[in-house]
Amino acid sequence: MHMADALLSPAVGATFWAGSLGAVTCCARKLKESMDESMIPLMGVLGAFIFASQMINFTIPGTGSSGHLGGGMILAIILGPYAAFIVMASVLTVQAFFFADGGLLALGCNIWNLGIYPCFIAYSLMYRPIVRQGNSPMRITAASVISAVIGLQLGAFSVVVQTLLSGRSELPFGAFLLMMQPVHLVIGLVEGFATAGVINFVRAARPEILENVLSAQPLSSGVSTRKVAVGLLVVAAITGGALSWFASANPDGLEWSVEKVFGRPELPAQEQGIAPALKSLQEKTAVLPDYGFKEPDKADKNSVGSSWPAPDPEASVSGIVGSAMVLAAVLLIGLAIRLLRRKPS
Amino acid sequence: MFDREYFNLGYLDILSYRDSVIHRLDPRTKLVAALAFIVTVVSFPKYEITGLLPFFLFPAMLFSLGDIPVRFIVKKVLLVSAFAFFVGIFNPLLDHRPLHVIGGITISGGWISFFSIMLKFFLTATSALLLIATTSFPGICHALQKLGMPEIFVSQLIFLYRYIFVLAEEAMKIIRARDMRSFGSRGRDMKVFIRLSGMLFLRTVERAERIYQAMLSRGFTGRLLTMHSYGFTSADLVFLSATITLLYLFRTYNVVGALGRISLRGLG
Repeated sequence: MHMADALLSPAVGATFWAGSLGAVTCCARKLKESMDESMIPLMGVLGAFIFASQMINFTIPGTGSSGHLGGGMILAIILGPYAAFIVMASVLTVQAFFFADGGLLALGCNIWNLGIYPCFIAYSLMYRPIVRQGNSPMRITAASVISAVIGLQLGAFSVVVQTLLSGRSELPFGAFLLMMQPVHLVIGLVEGFATAGVINFVRAARPEILENVLSAQPLSSGVSTRKVAVGLLVVAAITGGALSWFASANPDGLEWSVEKVFGRPELPAQEQGIAPALKSLQEKTAVLPDYGFKEPDKADKNSVGSSWPAPDPEASVSGIVGSAMVLAAVLLIGLAIRLLRRKPS
Repeated sequence: MFDREYFNLGYLDILSYRDSVIHRLDPRTKLVAALAFIVTVVSFPKYEITGLLPFFLFPAMLFSLGDIPVRFIVKKVLLVSAFAFFVGIFNPLLDHRPLHVIGGITISGGWISFFSIMLKFFLTATSALLLIATTSFPGICHALQKLGMPEIFVSQLIFLYRYIFVLAEEAMKIIRARDMRSFGSRGRDMKVFIRLSGMLFLRTVERAERIYQAMLSRGFTGRLLTMHSYGFTSADLVFLSATITLLYLFRTYNVVGALGRISLRGLG
């Protein structure tokens, strides 16, 4: 459910970039205060572990499809929210660069959706309170499943909101939501059980790894949730601002884009019907004498032209011809540079 | 499938150490240029197609100047196109307003906006991959730090990148061992998965401990240092100003429309 650049508007992308950048900076400062250096290699290698563990997939019971570990939740359980968020952000950055998964502008949204929710909301508000009262395998399982589901639901919801705010997709809010949430409920359940299994495995083999984090956290957890809540409110306010700006700008944007495509402000559909078609035909035939029917293939071209009932066929023809020329020019420039480069070597 | 992706990651890394005009540029320059390009492309409204076409000039230039194999990058872009396609494909189904009539076929606004999304997707994904194919990842990390990203995040990226290859190999060993001992669907259930990734996790933690010991013995104090130094040269200035000028031109002038009109007039 990586958000893609193509579905975003710059305003939404920039807003979430700002939010995620702020969170990364805040976490980095927090870690600098409280962390010992031995965490640095551990964090780095665990990020790589998330990649590597995604190579091992398993069959989801009852279905034929396969699942793998998501990452945010297991990192939060092992490293605590701040370090986990930094690791998650770095994993997503590498994915954006090397797999073009998401994209550079969408990276802000993706860090927000897949980092903030599992690390701060799901972990701090769900997992920790449940497990702090006693960490039996059963409790760990319940806590992981609940928090993984909630983290993913929030993430999926926020993908819907970001897509909608950007206004690039036609999908209505309700339908999109109905598509995203159930799918991510299943994914969340599977991920929760997988996470719980791995955590319980680690707990049996090396319990001290988990205890370190659990004992280190209580000091800051009260402060962190409040701070995060304030941060969330700020971003919500900014997003709301962006939304209202969009609501007012949208009709203009639409008109403007139509104008760009057709070179005129109205939709051609509004003038469709027989009269404008005839009118354009008339215009066409009026232009014909200028060309003259000297050559048969030229006449051919014109008869093709006259079957374009759009009110302003010249604009669309020039659009298509121009497009072809631009693409041809791009291709030629690329090939020419390549040839020139090959020659000397 | 992941096997191939892993290989691709290595191949991108190899590409990024080639030597060309583009590779020699300062990573900061390329990062800023790529971001500017993506924001400009994405800033086009929903129904824009013609305005996006001139932007293909940038990937074309980078492909040829940087000597990057086109098919390799395109394949990678197609591999990740699923989400944009999945969301975009609803536009033609939901938006039936006729926007354009060509040769008797009415094209609805939905198809135009879908096509626009896919063009934007292709441009932005390609530019991100081209950035990494022409810039080494440590270079990008260096640029990020110079541009003000927190040090701990940058060192995290460097570590992550360094150990992806190591741990992927480790995971591959585990998968190979599982596959050799299991037939059909056996060994693919969650129980086995949990033990395998639990094992991988423990090995990872132990590796981190060893790495930390090794780093301590080499005088690690909590910062990562780089030997390579980059400089902002005149080539960077030319590249950056040319990029921004072209981006501005393509964004504000309807290049396609103008070219089309001129050529039609020439024909007439």
